Amino acid sequence: MSIKFERYGKGLAKGMVITLKHVLRPRITTQYPEERLNISRRFRGSDFVWDKDRCTGCATCAKSCLQGNITVVTSAGKENNYVVEEFEIDVGRCISCGLCVEACPYTALHFGLSYEKGTYRRGDLILGRDKLELTPASQPSGYDRPEFEVRLPKQTMLLDRAGRKRQK
Amino acid sequence: MKIDEAKTESVILEIPKAQPVMRDVEIIDTDAPGDDVFVLNMGPQHPSTHGVFRMRVTFSGELIEDMQPIFGYLHRGIEKLAETRTYTQFIPMTDRLSYLTSMANNHAYVVAVEKLAGIEVPERAEYIRVIMNELMRISSHLMAVGFFLNDLGCSVFTPLLYMYREREKLLDLFEMVCGARLTYNYMRIGGVSQDLPEEFLGYAKQFVKEMPSYIEEYEQLLAENEILLARTKGVGVLTPEMAVNSSASGPVLRASGIKWDLRKADPYSLYDRFDFDVPVGEIGDNYDRYRVRIEEMRQSLRILEQAIPQLPEGEVRTKVPQFLRPPKGEAYGRIETPQGELGFYLVSDGGIAPYRLHIRPPTLINVTALSEMVVGSLLADAIATFGSIDVCLGEIDR
Repeated sequence: MSIKFERYGKGLAKGMVITLKHVLRPRITTQYPEERLNISRRFRGSDFVWDKDRCTGCATCAKSCLQGNITVVTSAGKENNYVVEEFEIDVGRCISCGLCVEACPYTALHFGLSYEKGTYRRGDLILGRDKLELTPASQPSGYDRPEFEVRLPKQTMLLDRAGRKRQK
Repeated sequence: MKIDEAKTESVILEIPKAQPVMRDVEIIDTDAPGDDVFVLNMGPQHPSTHGVFRMRVTFSGELIEDMQPIFGYLHRGIEKLAETRTYTQFIPMTDRLSYLTSMANNHAYVVAVEKLAGIEVPERAEYIRVIMNELMRISSHLMAVGFFLNDLGCSVFTPLLYMYREREKLLDLFEMVCGARLTYNYMRIGGVSQDLPEEFLGYAKQFVKEMPSYIEEYEQLLAENEILLARTKGVGVLTPEMAVNSSASGPVLRASGIKWDLRKADPYSLYDRFDFDVPVGEIGDNYDRYRVRIEEMRQSLRILEQAIPQLPEGEVRTKVPQFLRPPKGEAYGRIETPQGELGFYLVSDGGIAPYRLHIRPPTLINVTALSEMVVGSLLADAIATFGSIDVCLGEIDR
């Protein structure tokens, strides 16, 4: 006794062939905390790097922020300049749009590359000078900064790992 | 503003005890004598309503007699917020309208501002916008089709996860260009924020080359699937007259057999340079809406095949002042997003912020035709029909 696929089940059987093919394909998922992919070179996140030597205290970043998260307090310096007394970013209210980084006329404010920035208190999300300042260890992102972008490692692309070429 | 930690704690302690509040709720007396209808509230929190959407369905037996869509649970007052932000500062907010089509939302808004202020866009930027928009269309249609099939329960989760895999490749491309995976904020008034990275075009070409074989795979998986055909053919029919009268747009309108695509009807950006077809359906049922989306992905790939080799060298952004002051007047900019016609109506009083902004969201207009489509069908079909419209509540409630 043969099973009739003419009226019912032919399409389903065809679909099952595709599903079976997928069983034999290489795995493309990653086990996150152990296995980490390279993020975009132009990463935008809730981490900032501030270059205090380049910053003139003009507060263009604060004006461009649509949430009003950036606080810049300055005082008059000796050589007709501003001395930056306070520089704070409230990343708890930040939407990571990147307008402040783009607006900076002296390229003193950059995005950072770290992304696991959860805290237990909202108050810890206000980044002061100590957390923002550019040090040899800090990693600025290449967003709107082509000079940093070329130095960063290449982003892991799923197209490389799951492309048609590799499967054949 | 610095938050004092001691203060925040004291505030928490001072919260008064919850008092019972009489809320303004419409009470429906379902047990009224002589009334044999049954009223069911689906949502606002229900896994198949794609967000906080509520359907008040009146049944007569098992068939739907009346359906009222109720929304507004996700209202954030985005139109009002625009009045307190500059023209540039509003671009990140448009990402939060329909978060599966962020790039298209950016584009629609900057088109409106450029029309208002009379700003020219460099040719390379226009090409980049077209490429980004078509990639976005493929990504959004993948999600629309995937979740629609998920609502049907036809192959439970499988097609959705296959489509997630292809979308992930697109998200990688978007992340490479603008640093984010969901809220791109890439378009700027007078161009785009940054030029494409060097390796982008190679990957985009690879994607365009590989994608047709994956679409074939979906076809093999689904096109003859008996469960899919039984659940979608002839279900949720939207007649052409009704589609036009309810001013539906996008795949919902085209599935009803009306050939209306803003890319052809009112070409913006560079769409008059590319050769592509506008797929239309026959009767406007769920199956047609599904077919139109699959075909549109193929057409988007055709546009990409033409646009990527043509990409010229040059500037990607016109210099625009940080505090743009467009002349007094008004402008309406619209584009064809994956879901339909998205329009931004802007009124300027000559200041740095819009005097008034109004958004014409495609899915809000499309969802008004929903009750026409579901009356007389079963509840399970109503859910499938709702999924076939491809709604995004962030855009409906805005």
